[in-house]
Amino acid sequence: MKNELNNIPILESCNLNIYYDDFKAVSDVNLCIEKNKITAIIGPSGCGKSTLLRSFNRMNELVPSSHADGQVFFSGKDLYASDVDPVAVRHRIGMVFQKPNPFPKSIYENIAWGARVHGYQGSLDELVERSLRQAALWDEAKDILQQSGLAISGGQQQRLCIARALAVEPEVILMDEPASSLDPISTLKIEELMHDLKKDYTIVIVTHNMQQAARVSDYTAMMMINDQRAGILVEYDETDKIFTNPQDQRTEDYVTGRFG
Amino acid sequence: MNQVFLSMKNSFNDNLSNRHRSGKIWRTIFIASTFLAIFILSVLLIDIIDNTAGYVALKADVSPDSLAQGGVALEDLPKETLVGILQANLSQGAFNKLENEKSFQQRSHSNVYDLVVERVVKYDVADSWSLFDSLLKSAEIKAEAVSDYPDAELRFVSWLTPGFISQPQSSHAVDAGIRTAILGSLWTIFITILAAFPLGVGAAIYLEEYSVDNWFNRLIRTNINNLAGVPSIIYGILGLAIFVRALESFTSGAVFGLVDPTTANGRTILSAGLTLALLVLPLIIINSQEAIRAVPQSLRRASLGIGATKWQTIWAHVLPNALPGILTGTILAVSRAIGETAPLVVVGAATAINFDPSSPFSKFTVLPMQIYQWTSRPQGEWHHLAAAAIVVLLIMLLSLNAFAIVLRNRSTKRF
Repeated sequence: MKNELNNIPILESCNLNIYYDDFKAVSDVNLCIEKNKITAIIGPSGCGKSTLLRSFNRMNELVPSSHADGQVFFSGKDLYASDVDPVAVRHRIGMVFQKPNPFPKSIYENIAWGARVHGYQGSLDELVERSLRQAALWDEAKDILQQSGLAISGGQQQRLCIARALAVEPEVILMDEPASSLDPISTLKIEELMHDLKKDYTIVIVTHNMQQAARVSDYTAMMMINDQRAGILVEYDETDKIFTNPQDQRTEDYVTGRFG
Repeated sequence: MNQVFLSMKNSFNDNLSNRHRSGKIWRTIFIASTFLAIFILSVLLIDIIDNTAGYVALKADVSPDSLAQGGVALEDLPKETLVGILQANLSQGAFNKLENEKSFQQRSHSNVYDLVVERVVKYDVADSWSLFDSLLKSAEIKAEAVSDYPDAELRFVSWLTPGFISQPQSSHAVDAGIRTAILGSLWTIFITILAAFPLGVGAAIYLEEYSVDNWFNRLIRTNINNLAGVPSIIYGILGLAIFVRALESFTSGAVFGLVDPTTANGRTILSAGLTLALLVLPLIIINSQEAIRAVPQSLRRASLGIGATKWQTIWAHVLPNALPGILTGTILAVSRAIGETAPLVVVGAATAINFDPSSPFSKFTVLPMQIYQWTSRPQGEWHHLAAAAIVVLLIMLLSLNAFAIVLRNRSTKRF
C-alpha cells in the first residue's frame, strides 16, 4: 500500500481483521493515520467503514460477537495488547456518532459529566466554556447552559456531542458519519468546525458523502467489499490524488459515480 | 385480456363486502366484550357499595333511655354525670383501668360518651339490611323491625366510618375496626419492598447489562418468566418451609434476643413480608429488565465513548433513565402483594388479633385475611364490615396505582 506520510502516524493498523462471529467484516487492513490531519474513509454501504472506525477505540467490543485480530498502534502502543484497558483507550480516542446522542441532561452536565468521571480537578465552568467554544457552540449555548441537551436543534446537538468528546481532552476524534442526519447548513458548520479542530486534534471521519470527503479531508481511504463480502482497503492517498488521479480503477469508478 | 381483468374485478368486489362484513362482526364482538367487562365490574362495585351502609336493628344491653336523667337525653348529659354512670355500671377494676389509660379529667365529653355507649349501653346488632333495600323498602324494614325486634332501635348507619379504620378488631360488630389489619398490611408490604426492590433491580441489572448471551443465562431468563406465573399458594408453602420453619430463629427474632413466646414459632410479619417478596421478585425483575432494555443503546455508547466505565454508565445514565419504568413495575407488583391472601394463610397470618403489630417479629393479620375471615362468618353484619374493608383495600390499591402513574408521567417529562 502506498503511503506517503510525512510524520510519524498517530494511529496505525497492521493486518487488521475484524469478525462478527465467523463472518469476516474487515479483511487485512493496513492504514496509517497522520497526526493533526483529517482522514476520510469512504466506500459503499456495508463495506466495513464504521466497523474499522470503531476498532480504533475498541467500541466494536460492545457488540459481543465482534472480535479483532491484528494490531492497531496508537502512538506506537498496541491498543489490543492484553494490558490495555479499553476505558483508557476511549478516553484518549473519542467518538462522535451518526445520530446526535446528547445525554438527557442539561447542556452543562453533558460536557461536565465526562470530565467529572475522569476525576477532573480544574474548574468545570472553564472547561465547559472552552469545550463549547472549541465546538463553535458557545455563542448559541451560553445563555441556556441549564437547558436540556435534547431541547436544541439537531445540528447544535451534534456540536454538543463534539464538545462533549473534546471535554475529556482526547488526541484523536473518530466521527461516524457525523453530518448524515443534518441539514446542509448544519453540515457546513460541522465541516468548518473540523477544519478548526485540526490543529489540536487528529480526526478520522467515515462518510457516505464524497463531496464532504473531498472538502474536509487531507487523506482519503477507499474501502470496498471483496468476493467474500469482507471489507478491504482499496486505495489510500492524499485526498486530491484520490479524487483527481486515482490509481485503482475501482476507486475511479466510485468517485466518478460510475460504480455499480 | 379484458375478460380476465373484468372477472378479477368482480371477484374483488364480491370479496370486498365480505371483508367489510367480517370486520364489522369482529368490531361488534369486541364492543360487546368491553361492555360485558364493564357490566361485570359495575355489578361487583355495586354489590360492595350495597353492603357498606344500611339499616341496622340495634339491641341495647342497657337502654339509653333508662340512663337518661331528668328528661335530658343521654348524649346531652354533662360529662361528670356520664362518668358517674360509668362508675356505677362498671366494676371497680375496669373503671380504674380506664382512669389509668387517660384520666377522666382529660377525656373529652364525646370520648366519655363513646365509652358509656361501648361499655354500658353495649349495642348488639340484631339484624342488618343492605343499602338498596334500606333506601327502597324502608317502610317494610321499619315494620319488620318493630314486629321482630320490639325493644331494638332501628338506625341507618354507614359501616365505613373513621372509627372503623381507627379501631382494632373486636368481637362486637359495632365496635370492630381494621386498624390492626391496615397496620399489618403496611408492615408486611414495607418488608416486601425492602427485600424485593434491591434484589429485583440488582438481578435485572445483571441480566440486562452484564450477563453474556449463553444457554445458561437464557435458561435463567426463561425461568424467571415462568416463576412469575407460579400460583401464589406455592410461594406460601415455600415461605412456610424456609422462613417459618428453617429460619425460625431468625424470623421470630430469637437470634436478636427478642424471644416472645407468642411469636417464637416464626409466623411473623417478617416471614410474611419475605414470602411476598419471593412472590413479587420475578415481577420486579421482569419489569426492571424491560425498563433497562428500553434505555436507548446510543446513550450507553455515548457514555462509554467518552471513556466512562461500565458501572459509571449504568449508574449515571441507564438507571436514571430506567427508573420510572422500574418504579412503575415495582408499584404494580407491590399492589399485587397487598391483595394476596393465599400465601399468608399458609405462612400463618392470624385471623383474630386485636393488638397492633409493633415490630417485624409481631404476629399479624392483613386486610385480605380480615376480609376473608369476616365473609366466612354466618351473621350478616360481618359481611357489611367485610364490604367496608374491601372498599378500604380498593382505595389503597387505587391510590398506589395512581401514584405509579403520576411517578411515570413526572419522570418521563424530565428532559
